[in-house]
Amino acid sequence: MSEDQIKSLEKEFEARIARDEKIEPKDWMPEKYRETHIRQMSQHAHSEIVGMLPEGNWITRAPSLRRKVALLAKVQDEAGHGLYLYSATETLGASREELYDQLHTGKAKYSSIFNYPTLTWADMGAIGWLVDGAAIINQVPLCNTSYGPYARAMIRVCKEESFHQRQGFEIMLKLANGTEEQKEMAQDALNRWWWPSLMMLGPTDDKSVHTAQSMKWKLKRKTNDELRQQFIDQTVPQADLIGLTIPDPALKWNEERGSYDFGEIDWDEFWQVVKGHGPMNKERMKARVGAWERGEWVRDAAMAYAEKAQNRKEKQAV
Amino acid sequence: MKNQYLYNYILGIADNSLILGQRMGELCGHGPSLETDIACTNISLDLFGQVRSYFQYASKIAGDGRTEDDIAMLRKEREYKNVLLAEQPNTNFAYTIGRQFLFDVYHLAFLKELQKSTDLTLAAIANKCVKEVSYHERFSSDWVKRLGDGTEQSRQKMQEAIDDLWTYTDELFHLTESDKEMVSQGIGVDATLLKDAYYNSVKELLEEATLHIPDSKYFQKGGKKGIHTEHLGYLLSDLQYMQRTYPNMEW
Repeated sequence: MSEDQIKSLEKEFEARIARDEKIEPKDWMPEKYRETHIRQMSQHAHSEIVGMLPEGNWITRAPSLRRKVALLAKVQDEAGHGLYLYSATETLGASREELYDQLHTGKAKYSSIFNYPTLTWADMGAIGWLVDGAAIINQVPLCNTSYGPYARAMIRVCKEESFHQRQGFEIMLKLANGTEEQKEMAQDALNRWWWPSLMMLGPTDDKSVHTAQSMKWKLKRKTNDELRQQFIDQTVPQADLIGLTIPDPALKWNEERGSYDFGEIDWDEFWQVVKGHGPMNKERMKARVGAWERGEWVRDAAMAYAEKAQNRKEKQAV
Repeated sequence: MKNQYLYNYILGIADNSLILGQRMGELCGHGPSLETDIACTNISLDLFGQVRSYFQYASKIAGDGRTEDDIAMLRKEREYKNVLLAEQPNTNFAYTIGRQFLFDVYHLAFLKELQKSTDLTLAAIANKCVKEVSYHERFSSDWVKRLGDGTEQSRQKMQEAIDDLWTYTDELFHLTESDKEMVSQGIGVDATLLKDAYYNSVKELLEEATLHIPDSKYFQKGGKKGIHTEHLGYLLSDLQYMQRTYPNMEW
């Protein structure tokens, strides 16, 4: 294809996106578009799978049967999200094995928030309320993103995430209305998860490398700083409502802006965790790689069995 | 308690689902593939759903203010009446599948009979559970076949798991005093009548999976009387942790 031809294809491609048309797997697309989507969608899938670990940590210790069932269902939803996000990524020509390999070798990233430990039951509430809350703010715009399979997957993901968020808030509400010990547990969880949740919305706009291109492809509709402000403005009144204190002495309503002003985020901590040196990075990867390696003989057996069954079928056909 | 036999009977059934559900829940996020991970979590979820139905009913029968959570999480080791099979650990995926399969075949046959119980609540619970457990049984049977007739390595592992777990199968068919009383009232299932069909279908499937049928004549028992293997205590430490550390609170 000549350079002119590619240019004209690219022009038509950008025009389609501008018209809000969906790009489908068999459509022509610029290589950069494909790569960016594989990167973002697989990161998203990895985050779902790694995200199962901190919450999975409390399944055996959930305080009541009702909570245990809800937590199991939630973590199972995350596995389901991982499954259809990997499938959606496969439509761009990247196999699940390849993507796993990138995760296991540290080449691919996942949401840094999951590199923090879940120390008490209240962390299940804080994760649902804050982490899923921040995730929804990130993800709702993706329901209208330009790549069809991703947009469709996100519609389902967002519905379930919003259920998880309410469930998390309800755990916190119950603790906040409970005994002194329960209130302390809830406040402690908020103290530990608040700042990492703000970091989840990404580096500040002046440090974010992908924003401009992502905006054009509708992988992003608002900047990181706008999303972070939206999250804070939405969450502070919820904390007030249940009588918990946001651990930020600089937090203050700004009448003029119609938004909350907030304190300085510790970006050194953010980059430390992103670069692999958070409290749980090594453990999370060990758990993922360990499960994958321990499962190898199982997957081999399933393949061998399927081949044998296929051979038997063919023989019968003859 | 007026209905002590019925209460004991329900706990005997529910404890199997409780303990096995807890074991399957341990695997969440650590399965050999995403699909098996989801399936194991799903089985755990079904089992805990069943536990809630049983314990809510038991709580009504006890009528002394104990809730489903008190019954599930605040008994002592010797008061849990699950079969020993259910509490065996997830040594590897073959043990997980083997334990599930050996239990599912029994569980499905048991529930089909429990549907005919003259106790309408139990019959209704069984009616709901039978659909879920039919799926469990299909899942675990399929995996026994895959692992048995997969690779040489998987065959060995599956065989080892079946050989080790076989010793816990006979207990499934023992009747406690409460079981006998409930059978005589038409409420309970006479598990002894399920035994031949159980071993026939298990053996048939193991053969299809190219596995040997263990020929041991020695079996372990005790779970139904609260005499467990050493594994149960650790499982209960996790299960009961929150209720023990923070007593009398709502969650």
